[in-house]
Amino acid sequence: MSTTELTPVGSRQGGTPKKTVNDFSIQVATVNGSGSQTSNTVLMRSIFQMGIPVSGKNLFPSNIQGLPTWFTIRASKQGWVARKKEIDFMVAMNPETAKEDCLSLQPGAAILYDEPLKLNELRSDLHFYPVPFDKLVAPVCPEARLRKLVRNMIYDGVLAQLLGIDMQEIRNALVKQFGAKKAKAADLNWGAVQAGYDFAAQNLTKSDACVVERMNKTAGKIIIEGNAACALGSVFAGCTVVAWYPITPSSSLVETMIVYLKRLRVNKETGEASYAVVQAEDELASIGMVIGAGWAGARAMTSTAGPGISLMSEFIGLGYYAEIPAVIFDVQRVGPSTGLPTRTAQGDTFSNAYVSHGDTKHPILFPGNPEECFTMAIEAFDLSEFYQTPIFVNTDLDLGMNNWMSDPFPYPTQPIQRGKVLNAEELERLGGFARYKDVDGDGVGYRTLPGTNHPEAAYFTRGSGHNEKAQYSERPDDYVNNMDRLSRKFEHMRTKVPAPEVIVNPKASVGILCCGTSLHAAEESRDQLRREYGFETSYYRVRAFPFHAGLEEFIDRHDRVYVVDQNRDGQLYSLIKLDSPPHRIAKLRSVRYYGGLPLDARTVTDEVVLQEGL
Amino acid sequence: MSTTAVPPKKVNRIGLEVLNYKGGKTTLCAGCGHNSISERIVEAFYEMGIQPWNVAKFSGIGCSSKSPAYFLGLSHGFNSVHGRAPSVATGAMLANRTMKGIIVTGDGDTASIGIGQFVHLMRRNLPLIYILEDNGVYGLTKGQFSATAEMGSKSKGGVVNDMRKIDCCLLGIELGATLVARSFSGDKKQLQGILKTALHHNGLSVIDIISPCVTFNDHEGSTKSYSYMKEHDLPIHQVDFVPYYEDISIEMADGEVRDVEMHDGSHLRLRKLGRDYDPTNKRNAVRLIEDSEEKGEVATGILYIRPREENFFDQLGLMDAPLATLPESITRPAQSALDMVMEELR
Ligand SMILES: Cc1ncc(C[n+]2csc(CCOP(=O)(O)OP(=O)(O)O)c2C)c(N)n1
Ligand code: SF4
Ligand SMILES: [Mg+2]
Repeated sequence: MSTTELTPVGSRQGGTPKKTVNDFSIQVATVNGSGSQTSNTVLMRSIFQMGIPVSGKNLFPSNIQGLPTWFTIRASKQGWVARKKEIDFMVAMNPETAKEDCLSLQPGAAILYDEPLKLNELRSDLHFYPVPFDKLVAPVCPEARLRKLVRNMIYDGVLAQLLGIDMQEIRNALVKQFGAKKAKAADLNWGAVQAGYDFAAQNLTKSDACVVERMNKTAGKIIIEGNAACALGSVFAGCTVVAWYPITPSSSLVETMIVYLKRLRVNKETGEASYAVVQAEDELASIGMVIGAGWAGARAMTSTAGPGISLMSEFIGLGYYAEIPAVIFDVQRVGPSTGLPTRTAQGDTFSNAYVSHGDTKHPILFPGNPEECFTMAIEAFDLSEFYQTPIFVNTDLDLGMNNWMSDPFPYPTQPIQRGKVLNAEELERLGGFARYKDVDGDGVGYRTLPGTNHPEAAYFTRGSGHNEKAQYSERPDDYVNNMDRLSRKFEHMRTKVPAPEVIVNPKASVGILCCGTSLHAAEESRDQLRREYGFETSYYRVRAFPFHAGLEEFIDRHDRVYVVDQNRDGQLYSLIKLDSPPHRIAKLRSVRYYGGLPLDARTVTDEVVLQEGL
Repeated sequence: MSTTAVPPKKVNRIGLEVLNYKGGKTTLCAGCGHNSISERIVEAFYEMGIQPWNVAKFSGIGCSSKSPAYFLGLSHGFNSVHGRAPSVATGAMLANRTMKGIIVTGDGDTASIGIGQFVHLMRRNLPLIYILEDNGVYGLTKGQFSATAEMGSKSKGGVVNDMRKIDCCLLGIELGATLVARSFSGDKKQLQGILKTALHHNGLSVIDIISPCVTFNDHEGSTKSYSYMKEHDLPIHQVDFVPYYEDISIEMADGEVRDVEMHDGSHLRLRKLGRDYDPTNKRNAVRLIEDSEEKGEVATGILYIRPREENFFDQLGLMDAPLATLPESITRPAQSALDMVMEELR
C-alpha cells in the first residue's frame, strides 16, 4: 500500500484548499444486501450527534440482493435537508459501479475506494483515498463469513479520521444501532471502525476540504422515517382497524405500525388488542375492509402506493358516494404502471384528487416532513370521520423511507373527533333520522353505527342512487340534490383542512409554490436565488386539497407563481389551474422534475432562472 | 322450534313479531328463488330471536345482492360493489365483533369477479354467514352464464356452456370454511335448519343455495331450474337445530340421529336419510360432493362442519368490546408513551 502515487488536488495546486465545514454530501456506493445500512446509519447518526444537521437518502434498486445502491448523507450547517445534487465525497465500495461513480464526480471531489479498483488511474482531478479493505478486515474479523458485513464499517473509521468525526460519537451510534442485546456484534464492528481510523491516520493524507465541526443544531431532535411518523400518528390517532397489502415504498408504514401497536395498544393485563391489522389478499380487499370498518364506526386506514390506488378506485368512489370515512396513506413512487418502484415522485397528486368514476373528489393532505406525517395522520382521521369521506395522505418514497431529522412530535392537544354519530338516546329523542340530510348546512349528515341499540338506528347503505333517507332512488331531483350537497361538503373542507404555509415577501413579485417534500428543495432554492441572483421570492406551500382560499390572494399579490411538481405533467399546477379563473391561470408557471430522485434545490433554481431570464 | 302458548300477538323470545324481521317490498321477479331465501332468512332470524338492530347485512351487486333490502329492515345494510362484500363484511366485523353478520351474494359475485375475496374470506374463519344465491347465470345483466353453470348446460337461447364449473362448496371445504352447506331455495325446512345452525356457528358458514332464475335460467337444459332441482336434489340428512336455550331431551332412536354440539351448547341434529353421513370429516365431504355429482345428483344438507375451530377474532387477540366505540382512553396512548418513543429516536 502506498499513498505516494497520489497527486492530491490540494498539493498540486499548491497549498491545502480552504475548509468546507459542515456543508457537504457523502455518497456511499454499495451492493444491495451487503449490510452497508448499518455503517451508513452509524455514519449519519455520528454526525447528527455532533450537533450538525444531517439527512440520509437511500437510492436503492427494486431488488433484494446484488444490484447497486447508493446512500447519500448530507451535512448542512444551514439545515438544508434536500438532496444535494453535487457529491463532495464518494465512498466507492461497489466494484461494478466504481468506475462510473468516479467519473461522475465533479472536479475537486474526494473519493474513498477499495484500493484494488485503482480508481486513481481514471482521472487526476479528485482527492483519492485508497483503502485496502480486505487486508484490514481479516485481522479484526477472524470469522470469514462475517467479513462481508463488517467490512463496510471500515469506511466509517476512515471517514471519521478524514472528516474529523468524533470516534466516541461513532461508538455511541454503534451501541444505539445494535442495542444492549447485541453488544458482541457492536464490539466486532467497533474493531473494524478502529482499524479504518488507524489505517487512515497512518497512511492517508487529508487533502480535500470537507470537515465536520461540532455544532449545537440537533439538540433534542429525533431521526425518523416518514413512514414511521405516519405509523405513530395513526397509533395516536386511535386507529383501530388497519388493512393493507405490501407494496414499496409503503410497506414499512404498516410494518412499523404493527410494532408500535403491539407495544402501545395491547392491554398489559389481558393481552387483548385494541386494534386489528389484516394483511389482505390485495388492495381491493384492503380498501374494502377499511370501508367496511369505517362504516361500522372504526377508525380505519390503509397504506399503499400508486398501483394500489389504481386497484382501489372503485371502492374509493363508493366511499365518496355512500359517505364512509377511510384514511388512505399513499407513499408515492414513480409511475405509470410498475414504473420505478424504488424511486420517488409526486405522481398521484392529480389522480388521487379525482380517483374513481363519475363526479368524485377527495381531500388530500400533503405532509412535507415527519412531524407533519404525525400531525396530519391524526388530522386525517378526524377530518375523514367528520366529513364521512375517504381522505388521502400523500407522502412519497423520499419522505416515507428516508431518514429525516425532526423536532419530537407534539402530543395531540385536541381530543379525538368522531364526527356526527347519533347514539340510541339521541335517536330516541329525535324519533329517527335521515342519513343524508344536510341538517347543519355543512353538507354533512348524521350517521348511526351498526349495533346501535335502537330500532330506528338502521339505514341502508348503497353505492346506487339514494335520497336523503338513504332509500333507493333514481329520481333526477334526488340525484342532483345529493350531488350538490356532496359538493357543498367538499367546499366546507377548505377552511378545515390544514392551512398552507405562506411567506409573503414584500420585496418579491414572484412566488414559489409547492407541496409535500418539494418544500425542502424550494426553501433552499429561494435561498440560492437570493444569494446568487439577488432575486427575492415569496413562498406558498399547499398542505391540503381542497385548496385554502388564501391561494387566490397569494396569486393575486404576485406577477408570477412557480408551481413546483415532482411529476411530468405538472399535476399540482393543473389542479390549481382547475380551481382558478383565467387571469390567475395566466400568472402560473410550472417547474417540473421527474427523474425519480428526491428533488434538489439546484433544479428548481435553474428552472426559475431560465424562465425569469435572470 | 318449540311452540309455546300462542299469545294474542305472536312474538319470539326477545318479544319481537315476525313483522319486525321483514324488509322492503321485493323488486325481484315473481318466482325468483332469491325471494324464497329472503323469506327463510326472515323466519330463521325471527325464530332464533336475533336482535335485528344488532345484525349487519352485506352484499355485492346483482339481483341476489339487492335482496338484503328485502329482509331485516331494522338491520343495518350495506350493498357494496360487485364481488367485494367479503372485504366490507370483514372490516365491519372487525370494527364490531358483537354484531351478527350476513352476506348475500350471487354466483357471478362470488365465483367470478369476487372469487379472490371469497377464497380469502374462507381462510379467515370469521363468524359470518355467507349465502350464495346460485342460479348459474348473471341475472341482473340478463342471463349470461356464470362460473357455477354446469358444463353442457344450456342457456335460454340454446347456447351450450363449454366451461368447467366452479363448485363453491368444494372450494369452501378445501380452504377452511368451518360450515359448508348446500341447499335449494325450494326446500323450506332444510334451508331453515341450515340457517339456524349458521346463526349459532362461531366461524364462517358458506351456504350455496340453488336459487332458480325464473327469467333467464329455468328452462329445459338448465341444471339450476326448479324442475331440475326437484328431480336431482338429494338431501343427505334432515337438519334440525336445537338452540342452547331449549330442551334437547326430544328422544330419537339411537343411530337415527347424529348430534353435533355447537360451540355455544346448541345442538345440530342430523337425522339420517338412507345413509349415515359424518359431516365433520373433510374427506367424507369431498367424496360426497364428487360421488353425487358423478351420479347426476345434487347432494344438499350440511356437508361439512367444524364447530370449534379457532376463529379470526381469536387469532387477532381482539378484545371483546367493539373496536368501533372504544373510548379515547384506550385508543390513544398516553403522553408518556409518546415521550418514550421520541426518546428512543433521539
Ligand atoms: C365492476 C362491475 N362490473 C360489472 C358489473 C355489472 N354486473 C352487475 S350484476 C352482475 C352479475 C350478477 O350476477 P350474480 O352475482 O350471479 O347475481 P344474480 O343477478 O344472478 O343474482 C354484473 C356482471 C358491475 N356492477 N360492476
Ligand atoms: S332476473 Fe332472475 S335472478 Fe334476477 S330477479 Fe329475475 S328471476 Fe331473479
Ligand atoms: Mg347469479
